[in-house]
Amino acid sequence: MIWDPQHETMPRAELQALQLERLQAQVATVYEKVPFYRYAFAARGITPQSIRSLDDLSKLPFTTKRDFRDNYPLGLAAVPRERIVRLHASSGTTGKPIVVAYTIGDIELWAEVMARTLTSGGVTQQDIVHNAYGYGLFTGGLGFHYGAERIGATVIPISGGATKRQIMFMQDLGSTVLCCTPSYALYLAETAEEMGVDLRDTALRVGFFGAEPWTQRMREEIQAKLGLQALDIYGLSEIIGPGVSVECEHQAGMHIFEDHFLAEIIDPQTGEPLPYGERGELVLTTLTKEALPVIRYRTGDITALHPEPCACGRTFVRMEKIRGRTDDMLIVRGINVFPSQIESVLLQIEGVQPHYQIVVDRQRSLDELEVWVEVSEEVFVDEFRRLEALENKIQDELRNVLGISARVKLVEPRSIQRSEGKARRVIDRREVYGS
Amino acid sequence: MKVTQISVFLENRPGRLAHLLRVLSDAQVNLRALSLADTADFGIARAIVSDTDAAMRAIQAAGLTAATTEVLRVEIPDVPGGLARTVVEPLAQAGVNIEYMYAYSERPSEKAVVVLKVNDLEKAERVLSGG
Repeated sequence: MIWDPQHETMPRAELQALQLERLQAQVATVYEKVPFYRYAFAARGITPQSIRSLDDLSKLPFTTKRDFRDNYPLGLAAVPRERIVRLHASSGTTGKPIVVAYTIGDIELWAEVMARTLTSGGVTQQDIVHNAYGYGLFTGGLGFHYGAERIGATVIPISGGATKRQIMFMQDLGSTVLCCTPSYALYLAETAEEMGVDLRDTALRVGFFGAEPWTQRMREEIQAKLGLQALDIYGLSEIIGPGVSVECEHQAGMHIFEDHFLAEIIDPQTGEPLPYGERGELVLTTLTKEALPVIRYRTGDITALHPEPCACGRTFVRMEKIRGRTDDMLIVRGINVFPSQIESVLLQIEGVQPHYQIVVDRQRSLDELEVWVEVSEEVFVDEFRRLEALENKIQDELRNVLGISARVKLVEPRSIQRSEGKARRVIDRREVYGS
Repeated sequence: MKVTQISVFLENRPGRLAHLLRVLSDAQVNLRALSLADTADFGIARAIVSDTDAAMRAIQAAGLTAATTEVLRVEIPDVPGGLARTVVEPLAQAGVNIEYMYAYSERPSEKAVVVLKVNDLEKAERVLSGG
């Protein structure tokens, strides 16, 4: 099913004309309203008039996470504060988060792309949407919420946690649609099993899973255990939140809503654009955003784009499942985690050496984050309660900064492998990216 | 009497204690008493040794984390009620808290020995010496 056939099935030539028109307007806006972009354009010797065709896109400067950090909190906004009606935030590379802003128009756009997303899985006003994405600063919860309401479906804004109660609601209220991270979907299935509930017996029929990478094998497992069609979604706060792309019922790649988000694949080393079909870093440009238009945002996500027409009738390009990251960002329970954030926490605690190892594992389908910290002579005392207090202190600080809990394990000095050059800080035992 | 105890941080996995003991034996250090306590992740090995300085040097050279602590070494009669009567009850009455304790027997005497970590070393020593 298609929510907005006019745009979603637009012939590509027409779509490209629309994209160019919108790109030119968006570029003119950032040039006029956002000093960061005016300087970046000047540094490249370009003005909005330099953009005469979509091929000129590669003349434009990139935007990176670092740029968000350097302009924290709202230096990249293109509207005065009075026009901003909503803020969300996600993790940056250091202690400071990335703050993103929305005008009334942006919220409208977001609801629209999320209505498209849900409709892509056949959701209608007959459906009951169990929304277990987190509500709050994270964009997942409210993004799905507004989209489902736009369609007229019934929303259960259950957010994360209290898993047994979630299963009770699913059964009692007859949820037909599940929205959550893929790992939480499996956790729901395991918990249900312990309760003697078979989720295949519920009314669940389709699920929208994203905010973290997952494999085809996980998809098969989710579909088998929950008895629903598991669709992959993609989005990021810097661009809008969820609602950048989604799979249709053919599960053959995620259609990018290209009338609002212009997608490119670049070589992450050289920054040069790569042709369709080649794997590289996904770069996104917003075309219709008001509060926070973003030009050529380097997502750090590795994928490839395929323009061949899809059986569903949509003309939008499809992106493959995310195959990896260009940086050291980890996604744990849907939350972005950077080793640099963990390092900054450890350095603030007296006597703790910055020798640490991050271990991510998936125990019973939920991601577990463990941080191993070497015990130096400075912090060692002959008392368990003080060593445990140290563990707890590090744990509390990590939770404050990361927004998720991490287990801290004290280890012997020099037991963490020292490597020449860049230390290998992360051991990821999950199989998140597939092959 | 007061003695110096060595405490060593050990990860709670096979081979770590063996490593520590090898380091001590290579340094010709003899163990007088040893106690192990652990959490799920890590343990602390506490020992009274024949030569504390040599032991600390060897342990640090081996890259292990260690600290020294003043503890009490008390000889008690190796008979039923000996520990309670001569150590635990007097300390309780004097309001001294025992943080941990371990025991061993010295051959070929009639005595047993306990090592105690208390919250007030001076007072405990006074209490136990009958002073």
